[in-house]
Amino acid sequence: MSEPAAAASGFLVIGLSHYLTVGAILFTLGIFGIFLNRKNLIVIMMSIELMLLSVSVNLVAFSSFLGDLVGQLFTMLLLTVAAAEAAIGLAIVVVFYRNRRSIEVEDINQLKG
Amino acid sequence: MIVASLAFYLFSIMAVVGALNVIFQRNPVHSVLWLIFTFFNAAALFVLLGAEFVAMILVVVYVGAVAVLFLFVVMMLDINVVVLREGFLKYLPIGALIGILLLVELAVVYGGWTMAPQAKALRVVPTPDPDQLTNTEALGRVMYTDYAYLFQVSGLILLVAMIGAIVLTLRRRPGVRKQKISDQVQRDSKDTVTLVQVQSGKGLS
Repeated sequence: MSEPAAAASGFLVIGLSHYLTVGAILFTLGIFGIFLNRKNLIVIMMSIELMLLSVSVNLVAFSSFLGDLVGQLFTMLLLTVAAAEAAIGLAIVVVFYRNRRSIEVEDINQLKG
Repeated sequence: MIVASLAFYLFSIMAVVGALNVIFQRNPVHSVLWLIFTFFNAAALFVLLGAEFVAMILVVVYVGAVAVLFLFVVMMLDINVVVLREGFLKYLPIGALIGILLLVELAVVYGGWTMAPQAKALRVVPTPDPDQLTNTEALGRVMYTDYAYLFQVSGLILLVAMIGAIVLTLRRRPGVRKQKISDQVQRDSKDTVTLVQVQSGKGLS
């Protein structure tokens, strides 16, 4: 249960820290993807989905290792918000593509004034 | 025990590989497919954690709805893949820098973090014994009672998202001929047809 004990007992005993590490790596990859794909809005939205996924991994891991069910409940609410975000974001991308014939981030400057 | 541990490493490594491919694929369609792969592996990790219902919902919602939505949008927009990759290397150093910085920060946070001693006592809804109550039933008993308001609000969020998406993408194109059933039904012969007596030898002037 306690994290140092799990880390000390080695490779094959999976503790909370292992799952948190996976979540951290996924989150970092999401951030990395946002900075890397400056030309493609859709890949940026996929990176955001990756970050949301890492957050759900963290929530479920804490829920499981602490024995509290609320974490899993919040994961489901998070899924709802992620679905809504994806729907609205993709709708905005489609409208933007209709107006500008492009989905590059550099072209999004109409609000600059 | 060993099987579960090896399964954890298998699924987590595959999830990370999938996430890497989401970022680095040239074709956005391939990115979406790798995203689906990552979601499946994350769902497997959830199963390992004992959260079966959330795992299944993850597959249904993310793979069944969100990823398919992405796939449709990617295929609907006619985007030039070659142009999209320009400037990829330009942003690589700053992206890598920020990513590594974030990873180090997270490592510091997780390294110095320990669970509070009273954490067990502060649990809101302790997980029931899986032999007594399945994960799904336990979640339902919490969600529809103590957290009913949150459940309703999430439904409201979905409604707002649906209306927003429809309003954003709906457009009335001028010059498109559409069938109007009510106009066709209401059409009267008196308004449109005139009978003219034509005398022979003389045309209609």
